[in-house]
Amino acid sequence: MKLTLLLMLQTLRIAIPYLFAASGGVLAERAGIVSLTLEGFMLAGAFCATLGSFYFGNPWAGVLMGLLGGCLFGALHAVATIRFKADQIVSAVAINLMVVGLTRFFLRLAFDSSSNSPRVAGFGRDGNAGALATFENPLIWLGVIVMPALAWVITRTRFGLRVRAVGEKPEAAATLGVSVSRIRYRAVIASGALAALGGCYLALDQHQFTDQMTAGRGFIALAAVIVGRWMPIRAGIACLLFAFAEAMQIQVQGAGVLPSQFVSMIPYVLTLVALAGLVGRAVPPAALGRVEG
Amino acid sequence: MVTADLSAARRIHSSLSLAAPIRAGDLSRFMRPLITALIVLALVHGGLLFVQPTNAPAAELAGDGPQVGVVFDLGGRGDKSFNDGAYLGAESAAKKLQARVQFIEPGDGSDRGAGLRLLAAERRALVVGVGFIFTDDLIELAKEYPDVNFAGVDFAVGTDKFGDPIPPPPNVAALKFREEEGSFLVGALAALVGGSKKVGFLGGMDMPLIHKDEAGYRAGVMHVCKDCTVIAQYAGVTPEAFRNPSKGKELALSQYQQGVNVIFHASGSTGLGMFEAARAMGRGHYGIGVDADQYGEAPGYVLTSMVKGVDNVVYDTIRRVKDGTFQGGIFSYGLKEKGVGYVYDARNRALIPDSVRARLLDIERDIVAGRIRVPSTRS
Repeated sequence: MKLTLLLMLQTLRIAIPYLFAASGGVLAERAGIVSLTLEGFMLAGAFCATLGSFYFGNPWAGVLMGLLGGCLFGALHAVATIRFKADQIVSAVAINLMVVGLTRFFLRLAFDSSSNSPRVAGFGRDGNAGALATFENPLIWLGVIVMPALAWVITRTRFGLRVRAVGEKPEAAATLGVSVSRIRYRAVIASGALAALGGCYLALDQHQFTDQMTAGRGFIALAAVIVGRWMPIRAGIACLLFAFAEAMQIQVQGAGVLPSQFVSMIPYVLTLVALAGLVGRAVPPAALGRVEG
Repeated sequence: MVTADLSAARRIHSSLSLAAPIRAGDLSRFMRPLITALIVLALVHGGLLFVQPTNAPAAELAGDGPQVGVVFDLGGRGDKSFNDGAYLGAESAAKKLQARVQFIEPGDGSDRGAGLRLLAAERRALVVGVGFIFTDDLIELAKEYPDVNFAGVDFAVGTDKFGDPIPPPPNVAALKFREEEGSFLVGALAALVGGSKKVGFLGGMDMPLIHKDEAGYRAGVMHVCKDCTVIAQYAGVTPEAFRNPSKGKELALSQYQQGVNVIFHASGSTGLGMFEAARAMGRGHYGIGVDADQYGEAPGYVLTSMVKGVDNVVYDTIRRVKDGTFQGGIFSYGLKEKGVGYVYDARNRALIPDSVRARLLDIERDIVAGRIRVPSTRS
């Protein structure tokens, strides 16, 4: 019983960064912009959150800075792909690499270390790892509601309708007087902010920034978006599933039942299965990745 | 006159474009300054990247002794581990041996061998590559520059088809550590002060280099506590497993919650998550650091650190160059040579009872004398 509870909580904690990043991924991809940038957005968010928390001594200032950092790189990606019509994948790869370099550069500049920042104010107290401690972190709550909230925005609001329209048939949306690029700018910048929240969670839970601390989570989140077939709730479930696989891996590795390599490939196998269309067709938004002349 | 005409035309033109319906893809006026600002920011950021000394001399310590060149591994100075250790060793060589030391920090993804080649071409008395990554470059350069002395920290000595080590070229000193001996001691320490029959190990990437630490640690635990169990977990199977503190925290939390009180990590910055987990669990839960003294990462929760004396080893090699006793070959540094050890100082003395300290000193003597054989592979 106790083990089950601990496993569930661990699953939730592992899922939070995936949930934030995947929500950003759903939003941008539904607007037609490929979200290979999630990793970079998260890392930028994590670093900015650490800086904010370090200089202001308050984790909320960190969250705010992290959001700003995510917006900044979201805007950069948006400008490159919407204004200058750059190939979305090339721009995304460039941004991911740039964020790794920039965070490393500023880490050394600000903290004179190439490995990690000093300890900053974050969420969670010393000597408090009980079952309820998980819920003392406000970002956990935010992470739990982010997918339902996004589902509401996408299906029930005017902005959501337009996002879907520019992602499926931008020409039709433009004919009706919707500014395709303006909607896309908003969606991509918001996706930067959402993914950055995932980075904020990582950094503030860890109370510090370490070089490349996102460790590929952005790509797993993107996989969750695909497995969830670009629908927020399903993507959220995919995130929880991936997190559960990871939590299980932590448990069975201790017990030594299955080889750890086997369990850690579960998310990737699931993604392949989804892409191969074995769990219903995975149909991306029609205009995803398309560069309009 | 012409200018006035032009500006008038421009006015008309701009008013025309204002009147025109806003097309999709057209940027509204308020977006334009924002985007300009963003582009400028991006350019500045891009420019800053080039400011980072890539393959440029990072620092130089002056002296009139032997000319030494050091090329750092990824991360460079400030990694609080290997590179900083090498820097410290070279620094004290500059002070005590008047060595003239030039440091090179290769940038991310750049040609690491180029740094070594630059220093070798300058005919330095000694060129040091910090990290096993330089192994192949050192072998190649040693053949090209037979009159230059080379040293590789953590040099990966290959084995031939009979399993015998392949000796490095005669002008290369392969500096290796017997990490398993240090791990054995901290394993014994973890079992003696942990107050639990369960002891934890947290590895980074699941690979032989880290299995060495695990094997020594396990043997150390078993040496003092026959009925103890070691819970050994790894953060992953890719190099990312060395920089995933959140994963490290979850792994450590699950170990602590299973009743483990002391965990030893060999997992790079993933281990920082372990210290964070110890903090969250509170008093009575400890982590053991690796490579360098990690006490500062979580004061009060760091029982000790298994340290590799990269500084001593680098210093020692420079000294031998100065004395003219430098030789190529495989140099293995263990407890006997003070190449590995554990931290016992004013900061963590209170955590280690005197009786335990005495026991550890006994074990150390036994290992040095060869009475205890420490395994270096998992059986």
